[in-house]
Amino acid sequence: MERAFLLASTVCFFFGFAYTMYALGARLLRPSRWSLAIMSVGFVFQTGFLHLRGQVVGRCPLTNLFEVLVFLCWAILLLYFVVGGTYRLSLLGAFTAPLVFLLQTVAQLLPSAGLPAEAKPSAGFWPELHAALALIAYGAFALSCVAGVMYLVQERLLKKHRLNSFFHSLPPIADLSIALQRVMLAGFVLLSAGLFSGLMAGLLSFYKATLIVSAFVWAPYGILLVLRWRRTFSPRRFAWMAVGAFVLALSTLGALNYFHISR
Amino acid sequence: MEIVCIGLSHKTAPVEVREKFAIGDIHLGEVSATLAKMGDLREAVVVSTCNRVEYYAAAEDGAKAIRMLEAFAEERAGQSAGSALFRHRGDDGIRHLFRVASGLDSMVLGETEILGQVKKAYSAAQADGATSRCLNKLFQRAFNVAKEVRTQTCITRGAVSVGSVAVELAEKIFGKLDHCNVMILGAGETAEMTAKSLQSRGAKAIFVSNRTFERAAALAESLGGRAIHFDQWDAEFAEIDILIGSTGAPHAVVPKRKLEPLMALRPDRPLFCIDLAVPRDFEASVNDLDGVYLYDIDSLQENANQGLRVRQTELGRCEQIIDGHVQEFSGWLAAPVPNFSAPRLKA
Repeated sequence: MERAFLLASTVCFFFGFAYTMYALGARLLRPSRWSLAIMSVGFVFQTGFLHLRGQVVGRCPLTNLFEVLVFLCWAILLLYFVVGGTYRLSLLGAFTAPLVFLLQTVAQLLPSAGLPAEAKPSAGFWPELHAALALIAYGAFALSCVAGVMYLVQERLLKKHRLNSFFHSLPPIADLSIALQRVMLAGFVLLSAGLFSGLMAGLLSFYKATLIVSAFVWAPYGILLVLRWRRTFSPRRFAWMAVGAFVLALSTLGALNYFHISR
Repeated sequence: MEIVCIGLSHKTAPVEVREKFAIGDIHLGEVSATLAKMGDLREAVVVSTCNRVEYYAAAEDGAKAIRMLEAFAEERAGQSAGSALFRHRGDDGIRHLFRVASGLDSMVLGETEILGQVKKAYSAAQADGATSRCLNKLFQRAFNVAKEVRTQTCITRGAVSVGSVAVELAEKIFGKLDHCNVMILGAGETAEMTAKSLQSRGAKAIFVSNRTFERAAALAESLGGRAIHFDQWDAEFAEIDILIGSTGAPHAVVPKRKLEPLMALRPDRPLFCIDLAVPRDFEASVNDLDGVYLYDIDSLQENANQGLRVRQTELGRCEQIIDGHVQEFSGWLAAPVPNFSAPRLKA
């Protein structure tokens, strides 16, 4: 049953992306309404999968890389629903859908995806809170990456004088830049809270490597935000760095899984 | 009941004729009410804008109603409209209103201001008791059709003049323009119009710099801005978001080597350069600088033309939407009126 939920959500994300691309190509206005509806249905299926999985494993479903990636996709969508509405970035969904679709497809192709779910002893409240907060922070970083990509696309269209359907649908670069900074800041605060909860729970003695990997992600984002706050570089460079930083963060997920979650 | 419409517009009559037939906003309701009480006319709405004067009415005898409206309009104007007057009956009249409300009959295809003007005319007529079942339904439907056309097609999308392209681009760079400062180099007429367009969308401050300071001062005064000596414009550059070039200089007054160090001082603040001058005021390579977006007169004009082409290609889709609604409305109009006053039979 849980697999069916996951598959259904993946299909929804694929169609959400495909529909938006079609709507933009066909010059239909307001592609976001249908796209949002499809993404919402996908989110419900995804939540259903995580709920059922949590019941089987008897804890927060973060016991292997497969579950971590699905949880990350869920966090990305959760934040998208909050941020997309707040900043009225209607097309954020169009850019979020392919990312979530890709991550979830990769998750289902992992060896750990084929393993049957087993009940595992809980790591305790603090370690689970630490992991969940860190992954939601990763979700925020993913959204900052998405906003960064949108910024770079819109900026290029402006530079090249291509005022096409995409140009009209994308938000102003100033709005994207602000959204990018705020989402990144939210991710940074969440990751800081995650690290703090880890330290408070005494994880340092048991999961030193995990905390080091988390700090390895936390530090670059902190530096990026400080540099942006000091207006050291242009919004375009900041957008590129947001994309680069998320690729770096994503590459640490495997290490986190190896050091912490599988234990 | 039949819907009829007569009138003249920018397509059929020059402004000298239109102004004779025009009706001031404050008289719209009163004129509509007068018409609604005339002879066979049951309901009436008069729409009058700078581009059109149109009389809509609902009557049992369409042909007779058109003659009455025509006589009324010509008598009021004190002259004959001759061939400038158009007449529509039945489906054609309904379609005409839907097209007008949707901006398909406007001078600038797809403009949305007309919808507000039609709404205002209808409200005035309604307030003076000139409308009832038929025209209430017709105008409400026209507003829905206009909304549908606007949201389901790209008829309002894209700017169609140099000034509006500049405004659209500025909004795609800065979002809201209420924090943007504009500087004009030179005192060209197009620059003035572009600055006014930006000002109308909320641009915060306007600076004018010209080789002849008096001309800069005069233009600055008309725009409510500040004049700056031409050799000092770069001193104000740190606060400028939109730079409009319209000098008559034979060479580029903003070369890349001049702009590059100035931009380095404000790395997080984009600059929108609008080059309206020929020969150009900005070196083309300025566009390569990080955070600088340069558009010359050709690229602005090309985008305006492109916007117009997009709107024209959308016409077919708009007409399709309108046709559907015309048929639906005609069906409703032809259906027998339910008699609510008839007593109900007890079971």
